[in-house]
This record gives sequence, C-alpha cells and structure tokens, in this order.
Amino acid sequence: MFEAFLTIVRRDLILAIRRRSDIFSTLFFFVIVVSLFPLGIGPELNTLRLIAPGVVWVAALLASMLALERLFSADHDDGTLEQMLLAPQPLFILVLGKVTAHWLVTGVPLVLIAPLLGIQYDLSTQALQMLLVTLLLGTPALSLIGAIGAALTIGVRGGGVLVSLLVLPLYIPVLIFGAGAVEADVSGLGAQGHLSLLGAILILALLLAPLATSAALRVSAE
Amino acid sequence: MNSRLINWFKFSSPATFYPLAGRLVPWFGGAAAVLIAVGLYMSFFVAPTDYKQGEGYRIIFVHVPSAWMSMFIYVVMAVWSGLGLVFNTRLSAMMANALAPTGAMFTFVALWTGAFWGKPMWGAWWVWDARLTSELILLFLYIGFMALQGAIDDPRRADRAGAILALVGVVNIPIIYYSVTWWNTLHQGASVSVTKGSSMGVIMLVTMLIMAFGFWAYSIAVALSRVRSVILERERDTTWVAELAEVRR
Repeated sequence: MFEAFLTIVRRDLILAIRRRSDIFSTLFFFVIVVSLFPLGIGPELNTLRLIAPGVVWVAALLASMLALERLFSADHDDGTLEQMLLAPQPLFILVLGKVTAHWLVTGVPLVLIAPLLGIQYDLSTQALQMLLVTLLLGTPALSLIGAIGAALTIGVRGGGVLVSLLVLPLYIPVLIFGAGAVEADVSGLGAQGHLSLLGAILILALLLAPLATSAALRVSAE
Repeated sequence: MNSRLINWFKFSSPATFYPLAGRLVPWFGGAAAVLIAVGLYMSFFVAPTDYKQGEGYRIIFVHVPSAWMSMFIYVVMAVWSGLGLVFNTRLSAMMANALAPTGAMFTFVALWTGAFWGKPMWGAWWVWDARLTSELILLFLYIGFMALQGAIDDPRRADRAGAILALVGVVNIPIIYYSVTWWNTLHQGASVSVTKGSSMGVIMLVTMLIMAFGFWAYSIAVALSRVRSVILERERDTTWVAELAEVRR
C-alpha cells in the first residue's frame, strides 16, 4: 500500500520535472501577485510590514488554486484516472499520493520563496520564521482541500472559474489562522493558538479530504 | 420487511411525492402568510421599545429568524444530500436542489438586515467579525453549490457532485453558530439558547419565535413547490407526468 503511494508520488514528480514550465508558472504567479501590492498601495514600509502576512497568504491561496486544475485533468484526459479507480489499492492512498506530489511541486516552492518576498516587505527575522512555519503547515492543507474541488470539476465546462468558487470559501479558515499567526507573533500575543488550529485543520484535512476527493472522483468517472 | 419501513420509503419516489407536495404547499403557504403577518404586527406594534437599543432593535425579528433559517436549511440540505448518496434516491438530491436558493436568500437577508442593524448600533455597515465573515462564507457555499449544479449537464452527476460539496461545506455551520462564543467579537452573543433560556423579554421572544415558525413554513412551502418543478423537469419523458391533469391541459 505504501509502495503504491510512493509509486504515484514518484510518477507525478517525474511528470512534473519533464514539464518544468508548470512549476515555474505557479511560482512566478505567486511572486508577481505579491510584488503587485507595493505598486498599488505605495512603498510605505510601515504599511507594507503590516499587510505582508496577509498579502503573502492570499497570493499563496491564489497560486495553489491556479495549480489545482492540473491535478487531475491530464490523468482524466489520457485515461490514467480510470485505471486508478480500478486499481486494487485503496483510492484514498492513490489520492493522497497525487496530492502529496502536487504539494511538493506547487506548495514547497512557494514556502521556499516566501522569506525572500518577506524581506521585500521588510519583515523581521522572527516574522519571517513564523511565516515559513505557517506556510509549511498551511499549504498542504490547501492542496488537500483543493483536491476536492478539482475532483468535483473534472471535465466540467468553465471548470477553472468554478473551482475557485468551490474551493476559496473552504480555504478561508486556513487563510485566517495562517496570516493571523504571523500577526499575533509580531504583535507579541504569541502564535501558539493559531498554530495549533492550523495544525488541527491540516490533520482533519489529511484524514477527511482524500475521502471526499475519492468520492468525487468516482462520481466524475461514472 | 417491517411494514413501517415500506411506508417510509413510499414517498421517496417522485411519482408519489409530487401529488403529496402539491397537497402540502397551500397549507404551509397559508401558515407562513398568517404567522409572518402576526409576527410583523407584533414586532412593530406589540413588542416594547428596547431601553438600550431604541426602536432600531426591531430588525432582529427578521434578522435572527433568517439567520437561523440560513444555517438550518444548509444542514437540512446536507442531510438530504447524505441520504441521496447513501440510499441513491433521486428525490433526496432534488430536495437539496430545491432548498439551496431559499437558503441563499435567507443568508442574504440575514447579512442585509444585519448591515441595517449595524449602521446605527456599531456605526458601520459591515465589520470583519467572525460571525459576519462565516455567514458570508455560508453565502459563498450556497452559491458554489448552485453553480456546480448548474455547470454539470448530466443531472445524476450534478446531484452527486453537489451532495459531496454540501457535505464538505457543513463544517462551516458549527463555526458560524459558535463563533460568538469562541471569539470575543463585536457581534453580540446568542440571545436565545436551549440550555440557558432566553435573555430577552417574553413578548420579544414570542414574537421572534412566531417569525421563525413563519419563515419555517415559508421555506417548506417554497421548497416543496420548487421540488415539484424540478420533478416535472427531470421526469418529463415518463408516462406518469404525461398523464397528469395539469400537464395534459
């Protein structure tokens, strides 16, 4: 079972490495969105420091949502998805593998580049560390929750817009606690509560989201 | 098989439910009209002026019941969706389908009346407080549910996809309900609770309950008449629809 998980992860990573432009387009979308805010709001460092956690988090939300479309669509088009549904291994594990690979390809680069963008916003080292931790906890949850929306909209016309309508409301708690943790930490309140809730969301998503995604995949494949 | 169980499932067929819904709609519609008329009269003329909030507080007689309904309808929708997924009954998904617009309407009314209440009381139309935000998410969930149903052409797949979405979104309901206790926010705590009773005057409470029952009857009447339309649309090729008096005319 664990082998199946590893096989799926390895396969998706190889596919992603062979089409590197997908990884970079998500990453640069994230960078560009974050860079747009100082241009729109003005280069006042005090304001920027204040809005930085929120801006980085909203941009991460949008970037991980944009990447969702590719999660199942290619597999659906060439029939791989149907083979996965028929496979003897539980679909839960296969979905978990696909989401893990998706997170490694789209989530981890965002987490790694975020401190650099934080420096552009003049964040303190402490705030940067907290931003890194929250993104590390939050982006897997985003991938897991987003997979439900991606599975529901496979092959549906206008799927790209629809997936944002379905997934963004469910992303809001992650955004609130992710950005809230950094703000609470900077203002000296301590981020313990926010981090615990973020971890709780991740654990719940890890247990329940693949189940919902599997059900949605079966519905889509009927 | 136990005879009661068979009875229970009798109305899960659209063909038997359609006439039943038709008979129930006027009753619930009439009850809604009477209850809402009485409730509005009481809220404007009978309920006393609040000593702290003045006349402006009267908007809660619409605001609180519609907020209750907005959450309750979502739960009912999720229950129908779950039943539809488990028992594979067509009618359950149709009920969920019929409830969604009414729920979205009540969510919107709750937000709108809340804005009218907030302007004189808090001095702002909108604040980003936990309960307001989570109620807004609820509106987005209803809209997402309807958009997903509308985007998928195959009704069977649309039903099942919508059902999964409704079940996933149901996590939001406890968050809205307990948001005023979990977070210390601007929105005041619940005025009525099952365990602690009510913190309002008796007349105010009675008025609010009459309005709530009125909204309840209204939702049932509207959902039933909408589900009748859905049934007619989906079953238009069957013989029992072709033989209906109102269709043949």
